Amino acid sequence: MDKDYDDIPGTYVFDTKRCKEGFHLNKFCKSLDQAENREQFRANPDTYLDQYPMTAEQRKMINDRDWLGMLQVGGNIYYTFKLAIFDGLTMQHVGGMMSDMTVDEFKAMMLGGGRKLEGNQSKKQNQGGS
Amino acid sequence: MARIVAGVGCSHIPSIGAAADKGMEQDPYYKPLFDGYGPARDWIKKVAPDVVILVYNDHASAFSVDLINTFVLGVGDTFKPHDEGYGPRQVPDVIGHGELADHILESLIMDEFDMALANEMTVDHGLTVPMTVMFDKPDAWPCKVIPLCVNVIKYPQPTGNRCYNLGKALRKAVESYPEDLKVAVFGTGGMGHQLQGERAGLINQEFDQHFLNNLKDNPEELTKLSHVEYMRDAGSEGIELIMWLMMRGAMQSPSEAYRFYHVPMSNTAAGLVCYEETA
Repeated sequence: MDKDYDDIPGTYVFDTKRCKEGFHLNKFCKSLDQAENREQFRANPDTYLDQYPMTAEQRKMINDRDWLGMLQVGGNIYYTFKLAIFDGLTMQHVGGMMSDMTVDEFKAMMLGGGRKLEGNQSKKQNQGGS
Repeated sequence: MARIVAGVGCSHIPSIGAAADKGMEQDPYYKPLFDGYGPARDWIKKVAPDVVILVYNDHASAFSVDLINTFVLGVGDTFKPHDEGYGPRQVPDVIGHGELADHILESLIMDEFDMALANEMTVDHGLTVPMTVMFDKPDAWPCKVIPLCVNVIKYPQPTGNRCYNLGKALRKAVESYPEDLKVAVFGTGGMGHQLQGERAGLINQEFDQHFLNNLKDNPEELTKLSHVEYMRDAGSEGIELIMWLMMRGAMQSPSEAYRFYHVPMSNTAAGLVCYEETA
């Protein structure tokens, strides 16, 4: 069933379906809010990830640090951002990488007042539909 | 009798807390923001609430995908800052008001708002940043805090209307508590922002200004905003503004003591309103 929010461009609403799909991926990310877990993951990432029964695709997204891809396989930004913190990244780095911009381009866009709603409101409108 | 004397709407952007913790308030990027907070800090000193009911959301800190509660009231006596990946913020522990919280919990449930309760939980930037915004850096927070945690991460979030009505029930609960206490309600989060996806960085100042211009006098109009309107027009994380509606619901006849709006702070529009109860 189509959801009204599926028409919003570039947005992955963390709904019940995505929440289930991304359960283990998000649990892994969440675990990094404990210092001892961060140490274990740093020491041996593969062994650490084995504790979380993710799909091969989800695990690839983690290994590739594909921030947009993680959202597409059930990740939620507040969870995936814990991995970004682990990597020493800020939300502006991640924002840039998800939207195909360098961090400097992204920061400049924010200083200019942020991404505009115009052209980013509706997939249908962008396709010239009604 | 306890009374609600003030309401605050306040963004809880984590970088504000980080900047304060590192003493970067005079840095050119942060200075306009912290300068804007000055009058609110002076104001809250005069209001001097005994207790703040702080409406916020947990960001995968105390709660995880294991169990997602729509509304959780913190009834414990102490809430420690959560380690969000950098080690916990070096801010004072939050001291609760267990007795008032128990009373509010029971009153809300008897009013058919079926709250979950937390005897013990950590609190993250959603709660500690508004405390920093309003109270700066004291050795101990100057008031007790009752955390009220709202799910705004997992769709569907509660409606704005539900939050507004819960605010009204909060008022009723506070006013039926026998001890003389001055209570303030903070609604936090927002304003417009989107952290995720190709649309990351979206800010809609027109939406934010409309929200700020109507919150005091036309809150009912704002309670009609649908989930998709928030997510589309304010950004997917802009739906946090439903928590400001809970604060507004707890106020009967507010007057606006102060308003401040600043773009950008990190990936977000930072807003602040201070209301005094005139009823």
